[in-house]
Amino acid sequence: MKVGFYPGCSLEGSSKEYSKSLFAVSEKCGITLEEIKDWSCCGASAAHSLNHDLSIALPARTLALAEKQGLSEIVIPCAACYGRLAASQQAILNDKAILEKTEKYIDMAFTGNVQLLTVFEFLQKYIFPVADQYIVDKLNQKTACYYGCLLARPKDLTKLERPENPMEMEKVMEKAGATPIDWAFKTECCGAGFSMSRTDLVAKLSGRILEDAAERGADSIIVACPMCHSNLDLRRPEIKKQLKKDINIPVLFITQALGLSMGISAKELGLDKHFVPTGKAVSCIVKKEA
Amino acid sequence: MIICSIQLIFFCIKRQLNRFNIEIVHESIETKPGNSLKSRLEESVGVIVSHCYQCGKCTAGCPLNEDMDIKPNQVLRMLQAELPGYEDKLLSSLSIWLCLACDTCYSRCPQEVKLSQVMDFLRQESVRQNKVNPKAKDILSFHKAFLETIEKNGKLNEVWLTLNYKLKTLNMIQDVQKAPSMFFKGKLNPIPSRIQHVKEMEKIFQRISENEGGDK
Amino acid sequence: MARIGVFICHCGENISATVDVAKVAEEAAKMPGVAYAMDYKYMCSDPGQTKIIEAIKEHKLTGIVVGACSPRMHEATFRKAAEKGGINPFLCEIANLREQVSWVHPRTEATTRKAIDIVRTIVNKVSKDTPLFPIKVPVTKTALVIGGGIAGIQAALDIANAGHQVIMVEKSPSIGGHMSQLSETFPTLDCSQCILTPRMVEVAQHPNITLHTFAEVESVSGFVGNFDVKVRLKARSVDMSKCTGCGTCWQKCPSKKIPDEFNAGLSYRTAIYSPFPQAVPNKPVIDRANCNYFQKGKCGICKKVCPAGAIDYEMEDEIIDIKVGAIVTATGFDIKHTDFFPEYGYGEFKDVIDGLQFERLASASGPTSGEIRRPSDGKIPEKIVFLACSGSRDKAKGIEYCSKICCMYTAKHAMLYKHKHHEGNAYVFYMDIRSAGKNYDEFVRRAIEEDDVHYIRGRVSRIYEKDGKLIVKGVDTLMNAEPVEIEADMVVLATAVVANPDAESVAQKMHISYDKHHFFAEAHPKLRPVETNTAGIMLAGACQTAKDIPDTVSQASAAASKIMGLFSSDEMTREPVVAVVNRCMPPLFTTCTGCLLCLEVCPYHAIEREEIKDRRTGEILKVAAKVNAGLCQGCGTCVAFCRNKSIDLQGFSNQQMLSEVVALLNKPF
Repeated sequence: MKVGFYPGCSLEGSSKEYSKSLFAVSEKCGITLEEIKDWSCCGASAAHSLNHDLSIALPARTLALAEKQGLSEIVIPCAACYGRLAASQQAILNDKAILEKTEKYIDMAFTGNVQLLTVFEFLQKYIFPVADQYIVDKLNQKTACYYGCLLARPKDLTKLERPENPMEMEKVMEKAGATPIDWAFKTECCGAGFSMSRTDLVAKLSGRILEDAAERGADSIIVACPMCHSNLDLRRPEIKKQLKKDINIPVLFITQALGLSMGISAKELGLDKHFVPTGKAVSCIVKKEA
Repeated sequence: MIICSIQLIFFCIKRQLNRFNIEIVHESIETKPGNSLKSRLEESVGVIVSHCYQCGKCTAGCPLNEDMDIKPNQVLRMLQAELPGYEDKLLSSLSIWLCLACDTCYSRCPQEVKLSQVMDFLRQESVRQNKVNPKAKDILSFHKAFLETIEKNGKLNEVWLTLNYKLKTLNMIQDVQKAPSMFFKGKLNPIPSRIQHVKEMEKIFQRISENEGGDK
Repeated sequence: MARIGVFICHCGENISATVDVAKVAEEAAKMPGVAYAMDYKYMCSDPGQTKIIEAIKEHKLTGIVVGACSPRMHEATFRKAAEKGGINPFLCEIANLREQVSWVHPRTEATTRKAIDIVRTIVNKVSKDTPLFPIKVPVTKTALVIGGGIAGIQAALDIANAGHQVIMVEKSPSIGGHMSQLSETFPTLDCSQCILTPRMVEVAQHPNITLHTFAEVESVSGFVGNFDVKVRLKARSVDMSKCTGCGTCWQKCPSKKIPDEFNAGLSYRTAIYSPFPQAVPNKPVIDRANCNYFQKGKCGICKKVCPAGAIDYEMEDEIIDIKVGAIVTATGFDIKHTDFFPEYGYGEFKDVIDGLQFERLASASGPTSGEIRRPSDGKIPEKIVFLACSGSRDKAKGIEYCSKICCMYTAKHAMLYKHKHHEGNAYVFYMDIRSAGKNYDEFVRRAIEEDDVHYIRGRVSRIYEKDGKLIVKGVDTLMNAEPVEIEADMVVLATAVVANPDAESVAQKMHISYDKHHFFAEAHPKLRPVETNTAGIMLAGACQTAKDIPDTVSQASAAASKIMGLFSSDEMTREPVVAVVNRCMPPLFTTCTGCLLCLEVCPYHAIEREEIKDRRTGEILKVAAKVNAGLCQGCGTCVAFCRNKSIDLQGFSNQQMLSEVVALLNKPF
């Protein structure tokens, strides 16, 4: 089965392991991901901060390309990209004037008939029905499922059932044989795009998240957003300075955790690419009882 | 490898110099009745400021409330009041740049005020009127570096973005220690990846900036 | 030849600001059949009415048209004036120049033209009007009160004390309603049960009141003065005539883990139960959904232990028919529960409770005997946070109105807590303090000034649990919008007052209107606040909108007095706007062919089959439809369905309606 795929810039750079693990899991389950040809950047927070039209036009170009390519559904694993693409599609479909203006900017037709899938929706729809036959191991650890902002808000785009305390990721983790913990910071902001410009604020916000997960006994934190991952993983030294204590809980992408339960090797899932060693999470794994 | 990086830095500096010619043109907008910040906001974004009844729930939930000089509900309050001096204070505030667009405020707002869109508008207006708070310069530089990178390449390359940002902020030391390990983990591509039709990207930027010129 | 008078009202400036009233009168004077036309500033005023009366006499008018506000407002006023002038009141009609013209159009020539056209149609209609005479119907002097809360109790006692019969129907096993659950009442802090229970007993013992608890209204038909109501007496499984209320059954019942509704879920009850010790009647019912005997077929302990042999598992629902002349709807309200608040934990934190739960905690008859303790671990909270406006004034949550009672009861709650725990800290997050009422604001000030309750102006964004504490993230908007974080032991949400979940179906059964929040609609928001649009059905209490006890009791007494007025004479007059089947000379008798389609479609069951017989032989000559004028509500459905136009609505006959259209089509251009 084929599903359209929009990687976004981070998945080609700092979050290669997210892409790697998504492909590994999909391949295992017989799903082929078809990349949008010549896709471009969604514009991220820079575009909507500085130019409203640009923040709609940039995702629109990629969506129009997907339409041209005949993709009816695309999975957007990056939560930030998903947020921008979905917001752009919604703005265009809700307002004819915006549609006309945007079509002029991108010099392409736009119908908006591509269905956008978050990573949860993708897993739910394509991986879940067949997952059980491939899951051979139990993660056997307490996981703190972290959604951040863009997977939970705004609620009309993310389509979560309980936006203040979502359970979608927990369902995946339970399938993978982990024990999701109940914690308070699942949908708090990590500092997002301030990673470089205001590292101090990222350390503060991500620090709070990490601290709560640690205090409630999490063995690993599961994320589905490259920005959240890099803030919680790459920024660990700054967080350490902020909290004045060392928290070494590894941060895994949801697809890496799921991949582990399917017996895919740590290397194939890109677990060696993290800054915080992931050995602790891998060492918990046990064989699933038949 | 090293040579490669040096070349890259030079290339960036060159581009940066070129860029001075096309810096965003700042302008001053006179405040006339009917042309207030509030009325322009309501017209362009469609957020009705009077819907806010100042309960403060936005501020209560804002992850950066402590760091903001003007709290989220006060931003709306200042727009509502339309008193002399408020507009300048607002456009030169740090808050509008600190907003992370996490949408916590909107998701809990009893009056469904899309505050993140208000913040976007105020940022753009702040740049247009050349009133950006000095403390927000790094944030603005980052956004600009980001957009320039994708204008030229169609997608982001973290090395390019970083170098471009460093040139803008002259903050050379930050994160240098992270680079080698990122590189060896295969997370940094020094060769910028580009989309095939880069020209299309430039055209989109160009058309939008032309259209905005027409709007004025 | 008709001699019609036209009177155009300025309505102050309501009409004259947009409509050229002088021009309308001038044009009206030229219309065929019009003998006199004038305009005046306030037609409804005494001098205005006098002008109408005098004009009728002076110009020998046979009918009048008043161009004024909606007929709903002043039709009755002008018809009375017409009668004083000496013409049949139904020969007076209203041309609505305010709601349909001046309020909805700008001042243009076209607006005036529209006004003239409307007057023209009504003039033509009046020329076809015939005198009508009010219908007299007998009144059944028994009132039905639906709901046994304080509103129903007050209304029932007032009507019963005036000497009329009252039937009270309450859906739960006991009367008392929400008031019986309250601890103390504002602004006097007197005990709720102490003032309520004597009234409950009075209802039970009153010779004029018949009480049906554990019963629901099935259907209501008929009309004011003559309602036919079906009431379902739900199977109690306990024979009320044998039961002594000794309590042996519920002490022995093995199903003990059913959340207790009376204690707002803070304790458990048994499957056979009486809701609370002061219940009226204090005789149990079996909750069949939770009873082992009914669910699994095993148990039967209550039957074995009952000394009076009152348990009857075979008992079935019974439907009784009652006839009443008027109805008080006092079905009360509900509140939103904590699970309505995602940001406050989806109802999953045990120590985040709603206002009603706090009442039970503070009540001497409650699960903690009046000690304020946390539901989670029974500890006495040292820090307690109250959130006013929880869900109220919250458009995003679909409740944009103010629930009215929360400001006061939150002040009361904080005060009760402080009275019991002087050392404790009470915080109230609020948006505005709405304490209008006798001694109300003084009460709130007392909480702040004497009892040291900390009021913080701002809403709370989120609550989460950490280490047994509830972290409350709020803001102080009066302090430069400083973020405020309180580690509380307990949080009380003053949740929004909402309509009962079954309010919509109740309203539909009663044929009364309701608003989008399912609160029942009064006939007029200012001038008829206790009546509904359905004559003979009154409203009392919070089924209309959120209300406190004093307002509820006032409205209940007002509803009672409306009904007493209705019952003050043996018969009542009704407007003659009813359908009639035509009659003509033999051998036709009527053009009705007796297809009786009308009988099928009439929503009020007002149409009967009539046999026209030969007077001498008794032979059936013809079958036709006949309208019972007492039941007919004048809706016109039968008129629309009649295949050969044998039914007409008096006052709105086919000919009259057509004449209005013709007037428009034939107007001079």
